[in-house]
Amino acid sequence: MADTRRAGARGSARYSALALLRHGVVSHAWPPVWRSHDLKRRYQVVIIGGGIHGLATAYYLARNHGITDVAVLDKGYLGGGGSGRNTAILRSNYLTPEGVRFYDRSLELYQGLAADLNFNVMFSRRGHLTLAHSDASLRTMRWRAEVNKVSGVDSEVIGPEEVKRLVPRMDVSDQARYPILGALYHPPGGIVRHDAVVWGYARAADHLGAHLHQDTEVTGIDVSAGRVTGVRTSRGDVATPLVINATAGWATLVADMAGVRLPVQTFPLQAAVTEPVKPFLRTVVVSGTLHVYVSQTARGELVFGASVDPFASYSTRGSLEFTEGLAGHVLQLMPSLTKLRLLRQWAGLCDMTPDFAPIMGHTDVDGFLVDVGWGTYGFKAGPVAGEAMAACVATGSAPEIISSFGLDRFARGQLVGEKGAAAVGH
Amino acid sequence: MILLPCPWCGPRDSDEFGYIGEIGARPDPRTTTPEEWRDYLYMRRNVAGWTTERWYHRMGCRRYLTVERNTISNQVRSATDAAVQVDEP
Ligand SMILES: Cc1cc2nc3c(=O)[nH]c(=O)nc-3n(C[C@H](O)[C@H](O)[C@H](O)COP(=O)(O)OP(=O)(O)OC[C@H]3O[C@@H](n4cnc5c(N)ncnc54)[C@H](O)[C@@H]3O)c2cc1C
Ligand SMILES: [Zn+2]
Repeated sequence: MADTRRAGARGSARYSALALLRHGVVSHAWPPVWRSHDLKRRYQVVIIGGGIHGLATAYYLARNHGITDVAVLDKGYLGGGGSGRNTAILRSNYLTPEGVRFYDRSLELYQGLAADLNFNVMFSRRGHLTLAHSDASLRTMRWRAEVNKVSGVDSEVIGPEEVKRLVPRMDVSDQARYPILGALYHPPGGIVRHDAVVWGYARAADHLGAHLHQDTEVTGIDVSAGRVTGVRTSRGDVATPLVINATAGWATLVADMAGVRLPVQTFPLQAAVTEPVKPFLRTVVVSGTLHVYVSQTARGELVFGASVDPFASYSTRGSLEFTEGLAGHVLQLMPSLTKLRLLRQWAGLCDMTPDFAPIMGHTDVDGFLVDVGWGTYGFKAGPVAGEAMAACVATGSAPEIISSFGLDRFARGQLVGEKGAAAVGH
Repeated sequence: MILLPCPWCGPRDSDEFGYIGEIGARPDPRTTTPEEWRDYLYMRRNVAGWTTERWYHRMGCRRYLTVERNTISNQVRSATDAAVQVDEP
């Protein structure tokens, strides 16, 4: 039965080679790939936030559990939040066993995603390097490598010569300001085309029956006797017994509407991209000490990122401090990039948690679920989070794979401690 | 870039300051429960709009400041020395 639904998600005939050719020749405007609807007065499930998390949840609700009376509400456009602004690095070499297991399941889903959604998400496994510039970070790398291996994740500490072999442009000399002592090498890591993932999930969720509503802002959540009864939106009220908060940077504002408090602070994270050049950088390179990371897209642009801005904010304006710092740090790693020009820079909002781990599952308000705390690392988690949140809704309890990520862990003092693997390398 | 009007040093680039964050009421560690203490440690109001927060002028007067800032526009309304009592208006 799952298989017939899966075939449905592919919408196969519509995108067969023949159909594409015919369409190309006749050259009509392409039809929209997802529909628009009137907002119904009632849904079985309302998902707030049309980023990768909300859309993946809607998709797996339909595909794995047959739950299709679902609305995804977004105040802007689908993928207009962090999902359309991230640097799309995928990896599973985390520090805690619960983190490694979780992100590795996501990589597994990413691996088959293009076929599953019948949408080329351009997942490209290039290997992921986290550089160590000090004995302390080399020690953390060894620790991570051991935790990774125990969970069956390919991850190894390598020396500077090996780093040079993987990235010939890198300055691995001991003359550098922060010499490279080694690196954690994670061959399965890579990059993906973020917009394609969002559109692929949107199209597949729509195809299976979910209603995607853009330009629909949630302004209130009705709770009566400790239970969710509905949401208020800019397009009218909707009755529903089940609401999922998947609004990342805005998570606190939506949780406030239900009277649920979160240990989240919103920080902007910036990124930048250069003009395209010939391919020379295969691996993703991250330096925690230099607060910078870089990868080269299929188009040839270099994509740069850093740590979050120094103070909390809901503003998505870029800053000159960021570009200056970034350029200086990138050039320390690869001095030959000095003539490359930056094309653009941008910022997105990140919902940072105290332990750099997500917050998922039920809350004290019946029917109000959260899938938040995605900080700077949540894009890679989209598939597994969608799968787990869908299971949460269908079975009424959090599946084992997210059992460490509940909101109640903060009151119990049982934090996850993922900072060592998530602060700069997203 | 934003400028913070330090009461001792005048308007200075925010890069000179350390951001401490939201000001929360600290429970008395001798009488508080672990749950209350963790609530104080971890929970945040994460206000979108005007809020009052703590900054530290690490490259200037090295004083802790109370700053009123709008977290949507990053506009700053006031900065006063945290140790100097300001009368309520
Ligand atoms: C510059 C940058 C680089 C990053 N790099 C990486 C990376 O390399 N790898 C990685 O794994 N992660 C990365 N991330 C993090 C990642 O982008 C996010 O964690 C992830 O996209 C979160 O997805 P989401 O679906 O939860 O939220 P979002 O995509 O942010 O979607 C939330 C949606 O909620 C909507 N919304 C908010 N409030 C309301 C409301 N009241 N009513 C209706 N809708 C509302 C918003 O409009 C938005 O579309 C990066 C982030 C940034 C900013
Ligand atoms: Zn000062």
